[in-house]
Amino acid sequence: MGFASKSPWVIHYDASSCNGCDIEVLAALCPGYDVERFGIINTGNPKHADIFLVTGSVNEQNKPVLQEIYNQMLEPKVVVACGCCACTGGVFHDCYNVIGGVDQAIPVDVYAPGCAVRPEAIIDAVVEGLGVLEQKAAALKENQKKGA
Amino acid sequence: MDANFLITTIIGTVCFAVLAPVIGCLIDGIDRIVSARMQGRVGPKLLQPYWDVRKLLGKDKVAVSGSEDTYIGLALFFAILAGGIFFSGGNLLLVVFVITLSSLFFIVAAYSTRSPYAEVGAARETLQVMSYEPMVLFMAVAFYQVVGTFDTSGVFLLRHPAICTAWGAFIGLCFVLTIKLRKSPFDISSSHHAHQEIVKGITTEMSGPTLAKVEIMHWCETVLFMGWVGVFFVFSHPISILVAVLVALVIYLFEIWVDNNFARVKWQAMLKWAWIVALVAGGLNVAVLAFI
Ligand code: SF4
Repeated sequence: MGFASKSPWVIHYDASSCNGCDIEVLAALCPGYDVERFGIINTGNPKHADIFLVTGSVNEQNKPVLQEIYNQMLEPKVVVACGCCACTGGVFHDCYNVIGGVDQAIPVDVYAPGCAVRPEAIIDAVVEGLGVLEQKAAALKENQKKGA
Repeated sequence: MDANFLITTIIGTVCFAVLAPVIGCLIDGIDRIVSARMQGRVGPKLLQPYWDVRKLLGKDKVAVSGSEDTYIGLALFFAILAGGIFFSGGNLLLVVFVITLSSLFFIVAAYSTRSPYAEVGAARETLQVMSYEPMVLFMAVAFYQVVGTFDTSGVFLLRHPAICTAWGAFIGLCFVLTIKLRKSPFDISSSHHAHQEIVKGITTEMSGPTLAKVEIMHWCETVLFMGWVGVFFVFSHPISILVAVLVALVIYLFEIWVDNNFARVKWQAMLKWAWIVALVAGGLNVAVLAFI
């Protein structure tokens, strides 16, 4: 196992919707679940983050914001869509302004369904994301070797 | 400056460059576990800081400013040099200036990115330097008054440890140590762990391998500052070195306790209190020592 999956720092963005999942994400990061056991740290800075937790559906207003945060993150990076809204648009899917899930704006690696998504499901999804992170880290290393 | 001094400094610096990151990393690991326990959590593994740095080194290399990495490299170099001079028995005043130079390169690195967040952090780091510098200089002067030389190797000739007569300076040093270690309530330029201060203050634009260097620099600084604490307890008796290490450990645990129990203050309060403590504890100590 590489080092990428041993120290996943997360950043959290609430795109829209009812904020239920947003609160669940914060709950998962609270001391009760003690995610620092797995090296997980909540950062507010995309440049320090490895895992991007997005909640809520995407609309024209927040699409550029989402893309901006995603672009500022350094490879290897993983996006986790937390909650039904973030996965597909959820109950808001047919709102006049909603484009759909997070994957309409940026590539998503792991989907964590639930309305609201449970903290356990979020932690599960992040652990799932670690595998992807590890693959991407290996790929990046390979590319760097070839490139430089 | 004779050749002898140069050789001991070089050897000391090389040893410090190898050992300090290891010790600093372990201290950081213990720090995080103890902090977690104080908050009723289990906390990360001991080697978590090492894993963090290894991960950061493996990340893609992106920089807003081309010179940022160079400045950080220089900051790291001077932090190591300061440690090398200190632990090889060199001039304490020189150590103080070299470690300040390291901080200045750190600040310049943040300014070079032109990011508003980093600039706020850099401005606050400058204030932190302003806050602790008088006390650090008082410490060096008190050290000279007690030991009779600025050379740290001089403590091995003492009959009593410096703490006997320079305890005022020691208390002042412990106070500014919180600022130097960037711990709460004085973590205003950047903050550790989950909490944030205007995003990430001085390290906002530093990422990947550059941030890894910053972490390693912090480890080296921690070891150096613990050395400053310990030097007050060393005298001609060899067992005193053990005592010094123990005291440094206790002081560090105290710093963790302070970190976990106090809310961050505004910079005005930091500057005011750091200078008051410097003048009262450090200034009085130096004045009294000048008369006896
Ligand atoms: S999935 Fe449910 S709880 Fe979560 S943001 Fe959407 S509506 Fe709210």
